[in-house]
Amino acid sequence: MQRYFLSKIGQSLLLIFGVLLLVFVMVRVTGDPAALMMPRESTAEEIEAFRERMGFNDPVTVQFLRFISGAVVGDFGNSLHFKTPAMPLVLQRLPATVQLATVGLLMAVIVGIPIGLIGGFNPGRIADSLGRLLALLGQSVPNFWLGLMMIIYLGVKLRWFPTFGRDEWKSVIMPAFVLGLPVMGQLVRLTRSAVLEIRGEDYIRTAHSKGLELRTIYYKHVLRNIAIPLVSVIGVQFGYMLGGSIYIEAIFAWPGMGGLLEQSIGWRDFPLVQAIAVFTSIVVVTLNLLTDITYAIIDPRIRYAR
Amino acid sequence: MSKILEVKNLVTKFYTLDGVVNAVNGVSFDLEEGETLAIVGESGSGKSVTMMSLLGLIPMPPGKIESGEVIFYGHQDLLQLTPAELRDVRGGQIGFVFQDPISTLNPILTIGEQISETLTRHKGMSKEQAREHTLKLLAQVGIPDPELRYKAYPFQFSGGMRQRVVIAIAIACNPQIIIADEPTTALDVTVQAQIVELFKQLRETLDVSVIWITHDLGVVAGIADRALVMYGGRPAEIAPVDDLYERPQHPYTLGLLGALPRLDDKEAKRLVSIKGTPPDLLIPLQHCPFAWRCEYAYDRCWQEIPPLITVGEAHQVSCFYDLKQGGPRDV
Amino acid sequence: MPVENATVTADSLLDVERTWKDRLAYLWRFLWRDRGGLVGLIVFMIVVLAAIFAPAISTQDPFEQNLRASKLPPAWDEGGSWEYPFGTDSLGKDIFSRVIYGTRVSLMVGLFGVLIASILGLIVGAIAGYVGGRLDETIMGMVNLILSLPYLLFVVFIAAVLGRSLLNVILIFGITDAPIFARVTRGEVLRIRQSGYVESAISAGARWPRIIFDHILPNLIGPLITLATFEMSRMIFYEAGLGFLGLSVPPHEYPTWGNMLAAGRKYLTSYPWMATFPGLAIMFTSLGMNLLGDWLRDVLDPRLRRSRK
Repeated sequence: MQRYFLSKIGQSLLLIFGVLLLVFVMVRVTGDPAALMMPRESTAEEIEAFRERMGFNDPVTVQFLRFISGAVVGDFGNSLHFKTPAMPLVLQRLPATVQLATVGLLMAVIVGIPIGLIGGFNPGRIADSLGRLLALLGQSVPNFWLGLMMIIYLGVKLRWFPTFGRDEWKSVIMPAFVLGLPVMGQLVRLTRSAVLEIRGEDYIRTAHSKGLELRTIYYKHVLRNIAIPLVSVIGVQFGYMLGGSIYIEAIFAWPGMGGLLEQSIGWRDFPLVQAIAVFTSIVVVTLNLLTDITYAIIDPRIRYAR
Repeated sequence: MSKILEVKNLVTKFYTLDGVVNAVNGVSFDLEEGETLAIVGESGSGKSVTMMSLLGLIPMPPGKIESGEVIFYGHQDLLQLTPAELRDVRGGQIGFVFQDPISTLNPILTIGEQISETLTRHKGMSKEQAREHTLKLLAQVGIPDPELRYKAYPFQFSGGMRQRVVIAIAIACNPQIIIADEPTTALDVTVQAQIVELFKQLRETLDVSVIWITHDLGVVAGIADRALVMYGGRPAEIAPVDDLYERPQHPYTLGLLGALPRLDDKEAKRLVSIKGTPPDLLIPLQHCPFAWRCEYAYDRCWQEIPPLITVGEAHQVSCFYDLKQGGPRDV
Repeated sequence: MPVENATVTADSLLDVERTWKDRLAYLWRFLWRDRGGLVGLIVFMIVVLAAIFAPAISTQDPFEQNLRASKLPPAWDEGGSWEYPFGTDSLGKDIFSRVIYGTRVSLMVGLFGVLIASILGLIVGAIAGYVGGRLDETIMGMVNLILSLPYLLFVVFIAAVLGRSLLNVILIFGITDAPIFARVTRGEVLRIRQSGYVESAISAGARWPRIIFDHILPNLIGPLITLATFEMSRMIFYEAGLGFLGLSVPPHEYPTWGNMLAAGRKYLTSYPWMATFPGLAIMFTSLGMNLLGDWLRDVLDPRLRRSRK
C-alpha cells in the first residue's frame, strides 16, 4: 500500500505542476499578456511600461522560473486592482467558499443518498420514479438560473431568506442548496445504480442462500460495498463544489473565491485570476488525493495488495 | 431409507423483455436420505433454475414459480413458506455451494466472518463461539493455518481454497441437504479432484444428502448414487448411476454417453455429438423438447409432452420411444 | 426443424446482419416502454425544429430594438401583447424570438463542440487503448490530470483570455471535453482488445480495415453516442454559464440563452421574465437531452438491459 500512496502523491504533485504550467501558458497564449491585462484605452507607452514592470519582456524560461519559484512560496505577485499581494486576498475568501461547499454537500448527502437507497431497494415503484425525477431535475436545471429564481420568489417575494451576502446564518441556505442540487441528483442516481448492481451480484445471492436476516444482508453486505464507490464520488464532488462555485457566489454576492474570480475577470486582473486558479486547483487536487487515500483504506483489496 | 425431499411438478418461468422464458416445465424427483443425486444437463436445461427455485433463490421479478410442491422432510411445502420461515431453512437446514468462488464470496469481508455469520444466525452462537467453531470448520475442509486464514480476504486465496471456504459455509450449520451447483466447473482439473474427494469425506462424517448439479458425466460417475438427466426444462431420465450408464433409456442420455470418451473403449471410436441446438425456451412447451434433435422421434413425440414412465427398478424416463424394443412405447 | 428465433435483442441491435426494419421495430418497442426516452426524443426534435424554422416561428426580428416597446411583460400579463409573447428586454427586443434563435447557437455549440471533442478523443483514446504500455500510461495520466481539475474554473479562465466569439466557445468546449471521450474510447478499446476477438479475427486472416470496421467501431458507437448526448447537454449548459458571465458570444452578434440571462440579471426583481424564459429554455433542452441519453444508454448497452414483467 505504501507504493500506492507514494505514487498518488507523486501524481498529485505532477498535477499541480501541470496546473502551474497551464496557467502560465494561458495568460501568454494571446502573445501579449500586457495588452490582455491593461484596459483597452491604454496607450502604447502605458502598455510598454506595464510590460517592463511585470517582466513580460524577459525570455519565457526566465519568466517561468520566476513564476514557479514565486508559486512555491505563495507569491503570485500583486493584484492589479487592489495593488496588494494576490494570494492573501484569495486566502481571505477561502472560509466562505468552504462553508458554502460544506453545507451544500451536507444537503446533497443527507437528501440524496437515502432517496437513492430507497430507489435501489424498490426499483420501479413510485418512490423510485419520484427519486429519479428529482435527480434528473437536479442535474438538468441550470443552477445559476435556479439561483436567480429562488432569489426572486423565496427571497424577495416571500422573504424567507436573505438574498445576498453572508450576514446571517440563514444566508447560506439558498446558495448552498443551489450549489448542492446537481450533486444531490448525481448521488441519487449513483446510489441507486450501485444498490441495483450490487444486489445482483453473486455474493448477495450467497448471503440470501445462507438465510441471513434481510437487515444483515442490507447493512453488512450491500451497504458496505456501496460505501466504497460512494466515498470516492463524494470526495470528488466536494472538490468540484469548491472549485465551481463561481456562479452561485456571483448571484448571491457570497464573499468567497468564486465571487472574487468573477470580479477579477471583470477587472482583467489576471495576476489575481492566476492566483485563484492555482489555489483552487491545489485544493481540489489535495481533496482528490485524500479521497484516493480513504478509498484505499476502506477497500481491503487495495489495502492488502502486494 | 426415507425420502428427505420430494419435488412435484415444479414450473418456473421468467417474464423478460424478450418474452416468457419457460425455464422449468414440470420437474419431479425425490431425494432419499443420505444419497447423492446428480442433476445432469447442458446449459439451458433448467438444472440450476430448478434447484434455485426450491428455496426461492431466483430473482423474482422477472422470475416466478408458477406451480408445484417441494416437500421437505415429509411435511413442509417449501414453496408455501413465509419469507421468514424460508430464511430459517436456507443455510440452517439446506446449504448451498455455488459455482464460481470468487464472485460467490463478498470481497470486503473476511472469510472467517462470512462463515461465522451463519453460525450466529442459525445456531444462536456468540461471536466467540462462532469463531471457535469456524476454526474447526476451516480445518475440516482442509484449509491450513485456520487461525491466520480466519482474518484473510477472499482475494488472498486460490480458487480451490476459496471453494473450500464456500463448502465450509454450506456445512457450517449441519444442514440436512447440500445443494451444490457445479462446484467444480470453475476450477482446474486437479483441484476438481480434490474437491470431489473432500465432498466424499464430508458426506461420510456429516451424514448429509447431496444434490450435485453438473454437466460433466465423469464427475457424476465419481460421486453420485442416482442421476437425473434434464433437458429443455423437463426431466429426461432418472436412474441409479450404474443403470444409467449401462442401460440408458432416453435418446438424449444415449447421446450424452456417446459423446463421452471412455478409457475402456476397445478401439478408437468417433465421438458422436448430438445434432441440432438447445431448444428455444421462449416457446411454450407443447411436445417433447428433444424432438428436434432425436433420431427416433415420431408423430406422437410432436403432439404430447411425454410424462415420466417407470421402466425399471428406480428407473424412470420421459420418452415415447422404447430403445430396448426399438419401437414406440405402448403407454 | 429448429425454429428461427425472430426476436431482436439489444445485443443484436448493432449486429451487421439485422435488417433496418427489425432495428426500427425494436427501437420503437423500447421507446414506448421507456417513455422518458420518448419525451427526450420529442424535446430534442422540438429544439432542432425551432432552430431550423426559427425565422418562421419567431414573432419579431430578434435583433430589432424597439424602445417604445421595451420592458414589456409576457403576453398573458397586464400590459403585454401577443406580438411579444414572452415580453421584451430593456431595449425592446422580443424575448420569445430571441429564445427561439438561441436554439441555433446552443445546438451549434453542442453539435460542433461534441464533434471536435469526440474526434480528438476518439483518436487519442484509441491509440492509447490499442498501443497500451507506456504510451497508454502517459496519455491517460494527462487525461486524468485534465479531468480532475475544476472544469468550470478553467473554461472560464480560458474564455476570459481568448475573448468572446462563437468559434472560441466551440473550440474551448471541444478541446476541454476531448479527455472524457478519450477515456471512454480507451476503455472500450482495451476491453475489446482483451476479449480476444480481435486476436481471433487476425488469426482468421482479417485485415486491418475489416477489423476496425467490423469489430472495433460497432462496439464504440453505442457508448460514444450515449456520451455525446450527455456532453452535448453539458455544453449547452456551460455555454449558458459563460454567457452569464459575459464570456460567450457577444449579444449583438447572436442571441444566446446565456447572455440573455446575463442581461436579465440586472432587472431580476423588477422584470423577472427577462431571465425566466431563457432559463426555462436551457432547462427544457438539458432535461430532454439527459432523458434521451439515459434511454440511449439502456438501448445500446446490452449488459445493462433490464428485464421487466
